[in-house]
Amino acid sequence: MEKKNLICIACPLGCALVIVVENSAVLSVTGQKCPRGEHYAIKEITNPTRIVTTTVTLIGGDIERLPVKTESEIPKDKIYDCVRALKGIAVKTPVYVGDVIVENIVDTGVDIVATNTKRTRTSG
Amino acid sequence: MLIYDIVIIGGGPAGLAAALAAKEKGIEQILILERDCELGGILNQCIHSGFGLHIFEEELTGPEYALRYIEKIEAFKIEYRLNTMVVDICADKRVTTMSQADGMCVLQAKAIVLAMGCRERPRGTLHIPGFRPAGIYSAGTAQKLVNMNGFMPGKEVVILGSGDIGLIMARRMTLEGAKVKVVAELMAKSGGLQRNIVQCLEDYGIPLRLQTTVVEIHGKEHITGVTLACVDEAGRVIDSTREYVSCDTLLLSVGLIPENELSLKMGVKLDMRTNGPVLNDKYETNISGVFACGNVHHVHDLVDDVSKEAEKAGTYAAMYVKGGA
Repeated sequence: MEKKNLICIACPLGCALVIVVENSAVLSVTGQKCPRGEHYAIKEITNPTRIVTTTVTLIGGDIERLPVKTESEIPKDKIYDCVRALKGIAVKTPVYVGDVIVENIVDTGVDIVATNTKRTRTSG
Repeated sequence: MLIYDIVIIGGGPAGLAAALAAKEKGIEQILILERDCELGGILNQCIHSGFGLHIFEEELTGPEYALRYIEKIEAFKIEYRLNTMVVDICADKRVTTMSQADGMCVLQAKAIVLAMGCRERPRGTLHIPGFRPAGIYSAGTAQKLVNMNGFMPGKEVVILGSGDIGLIMARRMTLEGAKVKVVAELMAKSGGLQRNIVQCLEDYGIPLRLQTTVVEIHGKEHITGVTLACVDEAGRVIDSTREYVSCDTLLLSVGLIPENELSLKMGVKLDMRTNGPVLNDKYETNISGVFACGNVHHVHDLVDDVSKEAEKAGTYAAMYVKGGA
């Protein structure tokens, strides 16, 4: 049996969690102020995941980059692969929030979606 | 001269929420003045997630959070002017604006909501000796360059200050291929949220050194490195701990200051502790009919709190206009 300390990242409160682990299975989680804490602790011990946010090239808009994210969390060890895979991606305006930019990024089963709406530049 | 019921200075989260609240209270003539080319303010460059847990009960990125408000502004047909800088506000609520499209304009408002947000503390306030080389950015400036302009400031980064923007940028620069060598924090505790220390520094193995500061900046044309040193309990530099760290970029995340040049000029009284206007329980300044909300009032940790505060300020501004006082 082993005790682990984690800070919950589910919300800005940042609860200090104490997790009891045995044979890589979570026996108990304490210290959380809401159910998200327990959910986070179990995932963080068994299969840590993160939402990844980055940008891709935007063509035709007022700015040069379009912000994007993984539609749901992906395994932590795929973060760099995900960002690298997006390096050469370019999107033309108009693009709308929620549009799928890349399907099934690095075989995670998760899509990359736009997080902003960008219309075509109207003037110089 | 054009007359508006309420003129809102700034189209960021505070200005948008104030405008919507006033509209919902039945005010028709509302105008939002925004100096940038789009509404949303600083949220547009905050591409990370973590916004909206209180208001929307889901985790949104900055642009997504802003868009929820912008879509309502469009739906309610609330008027706004982009690329428009407010250069002066008189105590009688005459607002002078400047834009490339319209030149100089003067508007008359019955009520004003100040929602200009805040700006970053610059290098000059830190008194770090050395030349003024290129490669030193406030964290928010670097954030805009990376996330909106697609420009990477450098490859080897030192970050001074562990405010949330500094932590977020440590992760961002790392994902973009830079090596973030260290985040140095003068205080014994980070000023950022715990969750950001975990998901921005610990996830990427970036060291956070507390009670440590930059005592010297090296390089003349471009920064070549910094000297770090520990400080004691009284904040004095411990000379024996001086250590040279090479870098081509120094990011500063050393605090935010409410942007109150316009407020001061029109005679709004400021609170020296927050650098924001002194407000009564209706979010009204010492000038009747001039309200303030969001980071221009005081710097908030969460945008959700800014929106809630701005909603109240917008509501009170609407009541002021309706009361005709």
